[in-house]
Amino acid sequence: MTTLFLASVGIEHFLTVGALLFCLGLMIALGKRNAIGVLMGVELMLNAVNLTLLTFSRFSESDRPIAGQTFVAFIITVAAAEAAVALALAMSVYRNRETVDVDQINLLKS
Amino acid sequence: MEGSGPVIAFWMLAAVTLVAAGGVLVSRNLLHAVLFLILAFIGVAGHFVLLSAEFLAMAQVIIYVGAISVLVLFAILLTPRASRDNGETKAFPFGALLAIALAAVFLFVINDTDWRTVSESPGLAPEALGEALLTTWVLPFEIASVLLTAALVGSIMLARTAEEEAEDALA
Amino acid sequence: MALPMLATDNWYDIRDLANLTNPLLDFVGDNISSELAYILGPLIGFIASFLIFVLPSQLYVGVYGERKLIGRIQSRLGPNRVGPFGLIQPIADAIKLMQKEALTPKLGDPIIMNLAPIIFVAPAVLLFAVIPFGPNMIVANVNVGLLYFLAVSSLPVLAAFMAGWGSNNKYSLFGAMRIVAMSISYEVPLVLALLGVALFTDSLSLQGMVLWQKEWDIWVGFLMPIAFVIYFICVSAELNRTPTDIAEAESEIVAGYLTEYSGMKWGLFYGMDIGYALAASAFAATVFLGGWSMFGLDKFIPPWLLLVVKTHLFYMLFIWTRGTLPRLRIDQLMAFAWKFMLPVALANLLLVATERMLWVDAFDSKQAMLYVFMIVNIAAAVGIVYVWARFLGYDPDSQPTKARLVKEAGGYVPVGREVR
Repeated sequence: MTTLFLASVGIEHFLTVGALLFCLGLMIALGKRNAIGVLMGVELMLNAVNLTLLTFSRFSESDRPIAGQTFVAFIITVAAAEAAVALALAMSVYRNRETVDVDQINLLKS
Repeated sequence: MEGSGPVIAFWMLAAVTLVAAGGVLVSRNLLHAVLFLILAFIGVAGHFVLLSAEFLAMAQVIIYVGAISVLVLFAILLTPRASRDNGETKAFPFGALLAIALAAVFLFVINDTDWRTVSESPGLAPEALGEALLTTWVLPFEIASVLLTAALVGSIMLARTAEEEAEDALA
Repeated sequence: MALPMLATDNWYDIRDLANLTNPLLDFVGDNISSELAYILGPLIGFIASFLIFVLPSQLYVGVYGERKLIGRIQSRLGPNRVGPFGLIQPIADAIKLMQKEALTPKLGDPIIMNLAPIIFVAPAVLLFAVIPFGPNMIVANVNVGLLYFLAVSSLPVLAAFMAGWGSNNKYSLFGAMRIVAMSISYEVPLVLALLGVALFTDSLSLQGMVLWQKEWDIWVGFLMPIAFVIYFICVSAELNRTPTDIAEAESEIVAGYLTEYSGMKWGLFYGMDIGYALAASAFAATVFLGGWSMFGLDKFIPPWLLLVVKTHLFYMLFIWTRGTLPRLRIDQLMAFAWKFMLPVALANLLLVATERMLWVDAFDSKQAMLYVFMIVNIAAAVGIVYVWARFLGYDPDSQPTKARLVKEAGGYVPVGREVR
């Protein structure tokens, strides 16, 4: 089993990489104190999702495999927009609060 | 996927991607974290090539490495002092626990499911993607362009200072 | 890809050097192992392209030719001491650089600073993989060659940024910020210009573009002169060539991101700057100037020689602008990218797309239509440049502040321009 797992690459391998990448991104997004660090975690998660979608597009039985690639193209587009807005938000928060630390942005906390 | 070439490439790319993602997690300097992030993006692009999606792999490198990483670098340099440190919050152990639990579930599902797979690549050329984007998915395509414009205008508005706005009002 | 234009497939036919390597690779693949042939092919390709093209060009066009030509432009002699006509000067320079100490600032980030030159070198080598030197002489004939080129050429910016950051020097950081801002600004019109080319030639692969130009006997540079000019300006801004080299402007910020570099670490940056300029020239020669084809002349002259000559001629343009134009300011360059180049690139794309639509629907006289489009596009290019220079250009006589400055300095003020 192990030799087979190492010697030929199938859908499980790509999905495993995608899942591990997603979980690492989740860990970063949930645990980092810096807003820009959190954004980096979110980008990693989006990448993991892209990888998983492309894996299904390549390996699954389907009459329209191009749908997976189309989905990935849209996710890349939206990720670019999201990054631009998130970084503008980080800059504007920094200008008002002198910090981008998500722990210290707590005006609503009484 | 058979043959020694793709298999070796897969294991190397997987190692590079996951180690780089781990580097984003553990590095204390935010600049180092961004450089690791870029490495992870390039590794994912390599996976795309293995999955015979060359167009998306190149788009991944152009957009993620050439644009988004550069934006992140800009944000780091424009928020001095505050953003050099890449430490964790107090909630990090809980987040890590959740992520590990999720990873366990994912791995179980991946190994337990009987995937109905095809061994041959469907052989999708970039032309097929372009045709799909402009026929079946033309509405989301247009909406995406509107979204990009909205994001552009919105981020310019967010990033402008009050002084710049006053200057523009006078001009 | 079997192509009919070559007379023979014999190994001694040097018009296509792939005739030499393919039997060798077939032999290795059949008799030893297919994996070895898999690795050997790109290796031979890279070594051959480096030996016959990149290294001699870098040393003798990039270093010696550039210094000699700029010397002549500036009424100097240029290098003339080491060897006959100073021909051994580049080698002497390299030996000198290797002997120097490569310093690292104490407060810098040593890992990033030492990694930056290495990351800067690797993409310069990778760029040549998709350039077709002949009908079969191409290391990797990928069907998204254009995008590959754009993707790989976005990597050196990161290396320059790492260099600026790792040096822990404010001038280095200024230079790094400038190069990053410049490259993302000029990437936009560059990609729009190339999009028009991809649209018209119906191909994303560089070999496909060359074959299109060969089939229709026209160069894209003539068909879309606006795209060609935009490509030249944008690429010289991204490459930091002198009229636009604000990232290492020595009169403003010492040497930009290279301030703290010395010895061979600096030498790698310097050499690979030329390497990138050569890669951009080879790309321009392929996409805009017909690549290895030359109106049927490629039957007699080796195609790879044609490409090399075209590349060097395009590189001469870089040297020419470097020798004649003064350096621009950063705000001028950014305004130029966003306020002039981007609208012109969009207008060009619209024009080209319209022509493409007309051209595809036409049943006969497609060749004649191409020539008509060529004349229309050249007229449009000349018109844009004329209108811009006439109405939006910088007229020094109409700037009163300049006259005041001249008067302050006791200089000549033209009659009728006296300051009140």
